[in-house]
Amino acid sequence: MNAKLIAAFAAIALLAACSHSNEGAATGSGATAATAGPAPGSEEDLVKNVGDRVFFAFNSSSIDGDARSTLDRQSDWLQRYQQVGVQVAGNCDERGTEEYNLALGQRRANAARDYLVAKGVSGARITTISYGKDRPVALGSDEQAWAQNRNAITSVK
Amino acid sequence: MPAHESDRLIGRRGLIATGLAGSAFLLAPPARAQGTTATGSAVIDVSRARAAPIPIAIPDLGGSPLGAQIAQVITADLANCGLFRPLPASSFIQAGPSGSGMPNFQNWRVTGAQALVTGSVEGGGSSVRVEFRLWDVLPQQQIQGTAYTTSAANWRRIAHIIADVIYQRLLGEKGYFDTRIVYVANTGPRSRRIKRLAIMDQDSANNRYLTDGTWMVLTPRFHPTRDEIAFMSYANNRPRVYMFNLASGRQQVLGDFNGMTFAPRFSPDGNSVIMSVAHGGGSDIVEVGLNGGGMRRLTNSGAIDTSPCFSPDGSQIVFNSDRGGDQQLYIMGAGGGGAKRISFGNGRYATPVWSPRGDLIAFTRLSGSTFAIGVMAPDGTGERILSESFAVEGPTFCPNGRVIMFWRETPASSRSGAGYSTRLVSIDITGFNERQVPTATDASDPAWSPLAE
Repeated sequence: MNAKLIAAFAAIALLAACSHSNEGAATGSGATAATAGPAPGSEEDLVKNVGDRVFFAFNSSSIDGDARSTLDRQSDWLQRYQQVGVQVAGNCDERGTEEYNLALGQRRANAARDYLVAKGVSGARITTISYGKDRPVALGSDEQAWAQNRNAITSVK
Repeated sequence: MPAHESDRLIGRRGLIATGLAGSAFLLAPPARAQGTTATGSAVIDVSRARAAPIPIAIPDLGGSPLGAQIAQVITADLANCGLFRPLPASSFIQAGPSGSGMPNFQNWRVTGAQALVTGSVEGGGSSVRVEFRLWDVLPQQQIQGTAYTTSAANWRRIAHIIADVIYQRLLGEKGYFDTRIVYVANTGPRSRRIKRLAIMDQDSANNRYLTDGTWMVLTPRFHPTRDEIAFMSYANNRPRVYMFNLASGRQQVLGDFNGMTFAPRFSPDGNSVIMSVAHGGGSDIVEVGLNGGGMRRLTNSGAIDTSPCFSPDGSQIVFNSDRGGDQQLYIMGAGGGGAKRISFGNGRYATPVWSPRGDLIAFTRLSGSTFAIGVMAPDGTGERILSESFAVEGPTFCPNGRVIMFWRETPASSRSGAGYSTRLVSIDITGFNERQVPTATDASDPAWSPLAE
């Protein structure tokens, strides 16, 4: 469990770096990636080099600036690896009710999918699912955890 | 000797009840009409019992060791509902188990008991006969006398049925002890929570798991008459509403929808389920017939319309929707259309459930840093908050509408998630007698069964 936890936080830390400077993150990880980098078009590639998730404001499914740049990179990546299919999972923080959050998570997944489709990715390559508030990535009960849990996470199917 | 007045089948597991005509058997409880205490009768009503729980003596039933166990279950039921005050055995003048005869009222009167339960158990194995009598101590009258014949394995159920009879004869309305709770058992780390359907008796006994945890399950609800549950499952990563047959264990997806279906509730006649279907950026409420009936869409607002629940007469549906901007409660006709907002308090409102009595709607209110469970009249007036904390959610009424069960989360105390837990809680609709409901694991999503007929 601890290992998974650390992995989850590591992914988030990396992402935070990515969202500010894609270039920097790519070169920063370049030294080690050159020898043992993720396979192109793989889940790991998506997580490490593209950014697998976008974040939302409370009770919102609007794609903001940071989310747009992440989804732009996802769109480029998906167009480079045409054989890859993805699932977009919408998630919510714990400050809502279960049933409403299932719908809100679906709305977030749809918003991310619709953005990718608008950028030219075929909708047939993207499935969506909502986990409501039941699959938190951050386990605390504070605003920082909630901000991380309001997301849409893209993963390779 | 007691005369056998009537025989009838009253249970889902073959239980026969026989009326016992005692020396002073009365069909109608005494003194109800005037609500008077002139005779010191134990027969009162729920409001008076809330203020002053009825002192009741429940010595062990005689004849078999089962008699003590039955008395314990009756005692726990009556104590937990908050309307009775079972007296400790140490205060009894008359030691030892009771029996079939006429009690010595003088001995019970001095203990302060206003009601007395006596009885005996005969036989065992596949045929056990439990005889019980309820006595009004001060007027020295028998209020009820019944014998139940069933298998010894059903002993807990007999105890609950007896507790229900005591509740009904002394308080004038049906009890709710012979009922079950279906809920979601939560185990494992929160990021990969294992959620299994579980069912237990209302007093937490006879717990069993209905699913193995392979797929996440949420929001189970009881069918109003059949041993069947509607719930949501992530089976094969396609979140849909399913039916679960308790007798066969068979699961079957409900309807055929492209999108996620969730938030099911049965119609009061049990012939259909209303639920949400994800649709575009929102979710619509649909009704799906269970007996080969079709599907009809009841809302199409483009907003999130969810958590629908029928009024007990089946004529209206309460639900929550963010069509006006944020999550609020609305009522519409059972055929859809004409939705009217009823919640106007401070915060967002969710998970409305209609009381079986029809007079109240219970809800979750989300405001600021706390969630609350409350009730309001169906026209939105008279809002009362019953319980408030970091996170409470999902009220469900017991069959007589006097008690609500919901779930409460204790927040994580650290970034690792340590300290997080979720538990079931019950509370009287007036806000008194709040109790944590014991469960073996963390628990959420409770739904109260109807009374077995």
